[in-house]
Amino acid sequence: MRKLNLFLALLIVSAMVISACAPAPQPAAPVAQPAEQQPTAPAAPAAGNVIRIATQSPLSGPQSVLGTAIKNGAQLALEQKSGKLQEMGFTVELAPYDDQATPDIGVANAKQIVADPSVLCVVGHLNSGVAIPSSEEYHNAQLAMVSPANTNPLVTTRGYPEVNRIVGRDDVQGVVGAEFAFGEMGVKSVYILHDKTAYGQGIAEFFRQKAEELGMTVLGFEGTEEQANFDSVLTPILAANPDLVYFGGIYSQGGLILKQMREKGIDAQFLGPDGLDSSEMANLAGEYVVDMYFTTTAGPLSLFPKAQQFIADYEARFGEQVQPYAAEGYDAMSICLLGIEKAIEENGGAMPTRAQVAAAVRATKDYDGITGVKTFNEIGDLTVAQYFVKQVKSADPAKWGEAEVVKVLDIPAPAAN
Amino acid sequence: MRLRRANPIKEILRPLGQLLIFVVGSAVIISASVLLLALLLRPTRTDIDIFQVSLILLPQVLIDGITLGFMYAIIAMGYTMVYGVLEFINFAHGEFVMFGAFAGVELLIWLNAQGVLRTSEIWLALLWLVLAVLLGMSVGGALAVSAERFAYRPLRGTPRLVPLIAAIGVSFLLQDTMRFLQSAINGDFYRTFPEFGPFAQRLTLFSLSIDERPINIAIQYKALLLITFAIIMLVALNYLVNATRLGKAIRSVAQDQRTASLMGIDVNRIIALTFLIGGAMGGAAGVLWTFRFTRADPYMGFIPGLKAFTAAVLGGIGSIVGAMLGGMVLGLLESFAASYFSIFSRGAFGAEYKDIFAFGILILVLIFRPQGLLGGKTTQKA
Repeated sequence: MRKLNLFLALLIVSAMVISACAPAPQPAAPVAQPAEQQPTAPAAPAAGNVIRIATQSPLSGPQSVLGTAIKNGAQLALEQKSGKLQEMGFTVELAPYDDQATPDIGVANAKQIVADPSVLCVVGHLNSGVAIPSSEEYHNAQLAMVSPANTNPLVTTRGYPEVNRIVGRDDVQGVVGAEFAFGEMGVKSVYILHDKTAYGQGIAEFFRQKAEELGMTVLGFEGTEEQANFDSVLTPILAANPDLVYFGGIYSQGGLILKQMREKGIDAQFLGPDGLDSSEMANLAGEYVVDMYFTTTAGPLSLFPKAQQFIADYEARFGEQVQPYAAEGYDAMSICLLGIEKAIEENGGAMPTRAQVAAAVRATKDYDGITGVKTFNEIGDLTVAQYFVKQVKSADPAKWGEAEVVKVLDIPAPAAN
Repeated sequence: MRLRRANPIKEILRPLGQLLIFVVGSAVIISASVLLLALLLRPTRTDIDIFQVSLILLPQVLIDGITLGFMYAIIAMGYTMVYGVLEFINFAHGEFVMFGAFAGVELLIWLNAQGVLRTSEIWLALLWLVLAVLLGMSVGGALAVSAERFAYRPLRGTPRLVPLIAAIGVSFLLQDTMRFLQSAINGDFYRTFPEFGPFAQRLTLFSLSIDERPINIAIQYKALLLITFAIIMLVALNYLVNATRLGKAIRSVAQDQRTASLMGIDVNRIIALTFLIGGAMGGAAGVLWTFRFTRADPYMGFIPGLKAFTAAVLGGIGSIVGAMLGGMVLGLLESFAASYFSIFSRGAFGAEYKDIFAFGILILVLIFRPQGLLGGKTTQKA
């Protein structure tokens, strides 16, 4: 008997260790299909006056709609705006790569791109998880990258002089949320939850900072890795009785938190970042999603005044509807082209080095693109980026896309550290 | 051989009484300790009135804890029954729970797609729910019996460690089978319990107010229903084991397999039946778990399974009454720890440390009272 108990104790300890080590299963991340072939790398070796601009985005697999939009947007910009470079005597070519939304493939492509000396700038990627490791390669080769879509703070906070983005940052959504909660929702007290990931907790901490700065009372700040049973984090909220519950995290938890909190009788308003922007939210929380708010870095094209011409050009060129990130792809390519032009001028009309192009891209100031006026700060973030607050209007998952933009905020990038 | 007939009414009332004592007893003891702690800490806190906050939280924490406790108790039955008969810990039990949950949820999702769920009245909604629980029970039970037949029976008589490792293997196999099935069929790992009936509504017990703001202390119909289901199952199981011929056979196999077989009892059949009952309870628990918490995923059985195992050991493994007590104590402790940890520690420790309590208790019990709270010679084996 004694032996058994000792054995049991050992077993439990090892079970605890195992359960502590194993992260809670996360919802299935979209995975690229590996079947697709690598894109054809540019065939001919670089001639003296050929400039290539690479795009890296998923052109195959479940996210290929967005990835192709980036490539097409970039292609359109190249076709429309490379005239000046041609007058200078250079041939400009597009070199599209398929990163399959997979980090390994992105890095492998990046190595190929870097090995081709005629590539002077990269437009990419769609996924932060791919952009971060791939940009290490660009950084080592001093090759400029302009990201049309990556919102993870780490893309720029590593401080690489080559890596830039023309969209906002995840963590700033916390600031956006706090300003909206204070200004528009009239919130005085808030209870903050997060999912303990870099994404969710980062946003939640920015929210807390800004909320305290604005004079809101922060009644609690709690992280949870639970996937189903949120009783224990929600009961203290019942006692705290806040005006608002802010959740920094993803819809798979957020939907259940919202549902269980309403079922417990917590009537506080509900707000979160773009991790909640999924129709699965409506599946999980049902009718409770109506009137909830979320912030996002991606605004609908209809909000931008210059988009009409772009939409017409795009549809005429590719014969299909404009998908999200096409306009960002266009702007990223335009910034690349302008940077290269400037670098050539500074180099006395000769082919510039990659470092010269990277410096010229980073110096981009007041570029007036389709998705707004872009100026890079010292780490490659936009000095002021636009963020959007949306309100859900229907509990029907099929109508999730009809969430209404209720507020557009211009928020400066956080200070580089 | 004459059977001394047990008094059926007594066999129904006795577990009810025991459950009542366990619930009230552990609730009172734990609440009193927390309130005492709050009272002691009160002078050290200037920012909030910690006693008042604790008092306000108390009813909701109790409700959550009791619901969770019943859930653990049902799952713990599966561990304790099998241990009672075979002295073998079936670590795949959590996966029977998970399969039961998916069976019930898939049925309800299918019914929902047919459009019968949303329009149904309360009695009809209740019927669908019972149907889902029954399906979960069948799947859990069938799975447990097959696991016993194909994985454990061939290993009977081998050293203790061998079937245990096999159980862990079965557990992984079942997890990944479900993951494979779900991702192949639905493209996603988890399923959502469809919303139907009036179960999400709350019954307001009373209203409190702090700083002029009303706080309703309420219990969901869902939780009430869940507790009712659990009580019915626990009482039925007690009756089955203590007052029927089958139960007598189970108890005799638990005491001595060889002698039981000499008395004409088909030991293999009884062991299979024990797995069937345990697995069915697990499957039902799975459906109820997702009913309460909405989400079924392939790994959902693992941690509740470990906790229920803790509950079984806490109460005295092999003892049915012990598993009920253990489940209740563990559910309440976990709920209290989760809700009060951050208040008492000024936010330094959050709710996520609650599992330390569950497993810390397990270690303490194993060190100081390895036979469990109700274990020992008086234990009535399942």
